[in-house]
Amino acid sequence: MSDHKPVLNKGGTLSAEASHEPGKWNWRSYRIELDSSKKGSAWWIPIVSVLLALVVCGIFIAANGMNPFPVYKKMFTGAFGTSYGLTETLVKTIPLLLCGLGVAIAYRISVWNIGAEGQFAAGAMAATAVTIYFPNMPGILVIPAMIVFSIAAGGIWGLLTAIPRTYFQVNELVTSLMLNYVALLAMDYFVFGPWKDPKGMNFPGTPMFTDAQSLPVLGDTRLHLGLLFGLIAIVLYGFFIKYTRWGYELRLIGANSEAAKNAGIRISRHILLVMLISGGLAGLAGMAEVSGVTHRLMYGISPGYGYTAIIVAWLAKLHPIGLVVSSFLFGGLIVGGYSVQTIGLPSSISEMLQGAILFFLIAGGTVSKFRLRRIR
Amino acid sequence: MEIVYQMLLAAISSGTPLLFATLGGILIERSGIIQLGAEGLMLMGAVTACLTFLQTGSLPITLLAVCGISILLGAVHAFLSVTLRANQIVCGLAMTLFGAGLSAYLGKPISGLPVPGAVPKLDMPWLEAVPFAGRIFAHLDVLTWFSFLLVIGLHLFIHRTSWGLHLRAMGDNPATADVMGIRVQAFRYGYIVVGSILIGLAGADLLLVYSPTWTEGMISGRGWIAVALIIFARWNPIRALLCAYFFGALDMLGFRIQLIGSEIPSYFLKMIPYIVTILVLMFLGWRNRNKPSGSPESLGTPYVREQRF
Amino acid sequence: MNESYSVEMRQIVKQFGTVVANDFVDFRAKPGQIHALLGENGAGKSTMMCMLSGVYRPTSGEIFIHGEPAKIRSPKDAMQLGVGMVFQNFRLVQTLTAAENIVLGEKSSFWRGAKWMSNKQQEIEAIAEHFGLSFPVNRPIWQLSVGEQQRVEIVKTLYRGANLIILDEPTSVLTPGEAEQLFATLQHMKAEGKTVILTTHKLKEVMAASDHISVMRKGKLIHSMGKTDTNERELAKLMVGKELGESRPFLPRPQGRRLLEVQQVDVYADHGRKSLDHISLHVNEGEIVGVAGVAGNGQKELAEVLTGLRSWKKGTIYFNGKALKNGSVRAAIESGIAHVPENRMKSGLAGSLGIVDNLLFKSYRTKERSRFGFLRIGANRSWSQSLVEQFDVKTPGLETPVQQLSGGNQQKLLFAREVHQEPLLMVAVHPTQGLDVGATEGVHRLMAEMRDEGKSVLLISEDLDEVIQLSDRIVVIYNGQIAAEVTREEADREKIGMYMAGLQDAEEEAG
Repeated sequence: MSDHKPVLNKGGTLSAEASHEPGKWNWRSYRIELDSSKKGSAWWIPIVSVLLALVVCGIFIAANGMNPFPVYKKMFTGAFGTSYGLTETLVKTIPLLLCGLGVAIAYRISVWNIGAEGQFAAGAMAATAVTIYFPNMPGILVIPAMIVFSIAAGGIWGLLTAIPRTYFQVNELVTSLMLNYVALLAMDYFVFGPWKDPKGMNFPGTPMFTDAQSLPVLGDTRLHLGLLFGLIAIVLYGFFIKYTRWGYELRLIGANSEAAKNAGIRISRHILLVMLISGGLAGLAGMAEVSGVTHRLMYGISPGYGYTAIIVAWLAKLHPIGLVVSSFLFGGLIVGGYSVQTIGLPSSISEMLQGAILFFLIAGGTVSKFRLRRIR
Repeated sequence: MEIVYQMLLAAISSGTPLLFATLGGILIERSGIIQLGAEGLMLMGAVTACLTFLQTGSLPITLLAVCGISILLGAVHAFLSVTLRANQIVCGLAMTLFGAGLSAYLGKPISGLPVPGAVPKLDMPWLEAVPFAGRIFAHLDVLTWFSFLLVIGLHLFIHRTSWGLHLRAMGDNPATADVMGIRVQAFRYGYIVVGSILIGLAGADLLLVYSPTWTEGMISGRGWIAVALIIFARWNPIRALLCAYFFGALDMLGFRIQLIGSEIPSYFLKMIPYIVTILVLMFLGWRNRNKPSGSPESLGTPYVREQRF
Repeated sequence: MNESYSVEMRQIVKQFGTVVANDFVDFRAKPGQIHALLGENGAGKSTMMCMLSGVYRPTSGEIFIHGEPAKIRSPKDAMQLGVGMVFQNFRLVQTLTAAENIVLGEKSSFWRGAKWMSNKQQEIEAIAEHFGLSFPVNRPIWQLSVGEQQRVEIVKTLYRGANLIILDEPTSVLTPGEAEQLFATLQHMKAEGKTVILTTHKLKEVMAASDHISVMRKGKLIHSMGKTDTNERELAKLMVGKELGESRPFLPRPQGRRLLEVQQVDVYADHGRKSLDHISLHVNEGEIVGVAGVAGNGQKELAEVLTGLRSWKKGTIYFNGKALKNGSVRAAIESGIAHVPENRMKSGLAGSLGIVDNLLFKSYRTKERSRFGFLRIGANRSWSQSLVEQFDVKTPGLETPVQQLSGGNQQKLLFAREVHQEPLLMVAVHPTQGLDVGATEGVHRLMAEMRDEGKSVLLISEDLDEVIQLSDRIVVIYNGQIAAEVTREEADREKIGMYMAGLQDAEEEAG
């Protein structure tokens, strides 16, 4: 006589467990299993991830002989405590927002854009090129021209990743990474080579941008118009996703690409389009950074925005408001990281935190999918 | 002729870290798990090697420490990927970022300090008598010799042992492997950890042999190149050797051509490895449209044992 | 004289949730016997064998191997008891060679040099030759033909010393020539005293290859007898059963003009196999054409070709007077072809999206649903609401993810979407799969209504009752071609069953 009773779960899986003595509590009559129908989007996961990450990194800091609490306090006040810090955080938020949005849009249809870093560089170069090759362009035209060229450059760079994927089945992860390095090398070439400012003294870079070529800033701070770009982009994104045909198609592909084919959607076309947009946004971020913050193209204009943007997008679960919040948070992280340099810690502590947050995010994401089920 | 020898020696020298990392990645990916955290692992390996050697001056202890750290990180990766069945791509990215940050943090106090002569060379001057190849092998360091042995060892392991067969099976079709009695999950843990050790070793090698000073971010993308090399080498150890040295050679091309006084800016020469990678992958993709790509079939898909009731 | 059975399954019940796959089945087979388990898809034969081979566990009932009670908890247990199964979709690692696949899992000898491998190969080749099977031992599986792969699977069981060998629908992937070879092999195995069990739906094979036949239908074992005690006609009758479905009042309708004309179309499936072979059929306005046939004879590709998901290689398809664009889903939708796919959650609906989004699938490009690229949110909502009411789709709300609805309601939603398109032709593939009686009724009603309004339905279904009940005309698809065509009046269950199983007119005349 069989002592198994099968049960059909909601996720469509079957499970049964032998409970040798019915009525008596038996650990074997419970079981932890992955329920694939649960989406794992519990709201508390990002918060808990951040907290756990702080704890783990705190241990590392303590192990290295420093007290984590003042360190964290300094980071927090450095980023959010002063008005200067706050604007600095916002300055860092801008590229994260734009790049993060690009990554999120691509990821909606399961395309990994790891190439935001290179697309950023492409945009920065394109914007700088305008200043170098058209130095006498009338004032009103310069900024729009820079915007257009940077978006185009970033978009094309993004397409360079999409085309191998669509037509040659080349994994976009590798392609986009390789292109990152190519773009950065190209940037180095221009910065140290033909575009180098002969009066640059010790800090190699292009000549400083004129006022016409720089984005206007808010008062005394470094907070520039780029923030507006970012916010407009977010609003447009939220709007498009919900209200347009294209947004609908993206959502459909993301939900079930097989079904999307049945609806007559051509997926490869969307991959190309999405990479174009994603790259374009990162390119715009590059322009904003170069024109609004550094006012020249120089070595190291990106402390890894493209990579941080990936975490930003993940933490935000691709949600528009979430993107704003998480890019702000990570902007603060970066600024906080810089501020602890004054007490002798490398700014890379923020990178450490970023990685840790991501670890806990992934773990949390799947942990919440597990359920404790009782089997009769 | 001298130029050729120099090139080959340089290729080997800069290719060996790539080789270690690629071999480690091959082990991991062959078992069916995507390995994208190589950059972070290598950085951690490098910084650990630097710290430990400066502290102890002993190579064996240094290598042990590197192993220890790699095992730890590998175990985290395995836990997330195999047990929790999390998204393996994001796992790798997290590893990279975390490793980059942590290594920079740990490396701050020793940044810029030279690490002299950590790895002894295996001097065999009698080899110089051998025409052509002799000179190359005469004065290589022990880690490079270890990498040679590793290539052969891995190749034999994969193709000539029962465990190797099981590895190939579980990467391509874990369901079948499971049915045939192979413990897929347990083995995957093992391979991830061992592979991580090799990748950590790659970072250590880079620091101890190639560029004996710690600087933040010194791996500069080699971890990512290794990721591409795994595909390039079609998950095959012997091919990995050729690919790693090829890239090592491309790597050095920039400097060498400058020495000859060529007009091409070094930046463009440095781009060559990356562009070549993409082009080769595109070519392979086009050519293998209708054939299996050589990648382990189940790569990236967490294995869930089908319910058997 | 005590006839000892090598395997005995007593009062086996297998339940998946509420679905009863095996209903108190008693099955027995003797050594040195080729025993065919005959039945249509869904009859329960594969499920029975899966329990014997350890893939499933019975809900209740007992299994005896050589008279000893056996608890088969896993494929490993089954292997130890000498039971080996060759599945329809092979358990082979594509990149390994045949020899490597066969020795997979063997723990002996860590080091396997060239010598070890060649010894094993010789061993394997010996076994293969002994049973009349041949395949290249040294090439990776993906290079082998399907027939060869199957032989590898068979040798795998023999290598492990199986005495009871089960083959699940083995000839579904073979050419007639390869099938002949397989039967020869089975004879060899029989001569060695092994027990061979074949599950199949093909009558011809059963008569050609087996000694003993057990017929299953709808989860029950109907009858078991020796080959000599029966004939094809009787088997066909047993297989499809004699119950008449409830007949609905059927209004004879004037037939309209030709709506769909498929002429001599060739279609290749994913692995290069020809799945539709010079197939021709037509559908008129205002009729339901039922396509009867056992799964795997080209139905899937037929549906895909008509709905634009697959392109065809030769021949033409005319729809509504115009040539249908090859391989374009959008063209099919715009021409007026609706599609109810076989697996609704896999390709018909997006489970995580809500009602409105799922209803918009086909119509979101029309000007009622969107303007200048913007969706008309308000209008779409009220439209969805009215559709939900009209088709009686029970749902907590319009935003509920569709995967939370019951199967019946999901299907109703699908139908609502497709029917609303006012299509001229609906291609419905297994539309009532997994639905309970009430939901099935509803779907049938919808299709009948379409027909009464002058539209057409191409009903592709494995459920012969359903096809006979609903169709004006029935075509039988077999091996990628239309084997027969009968009108509703002419429809005879036995005859159709025979056509479904591959018997031809000529045979019938001769017999």
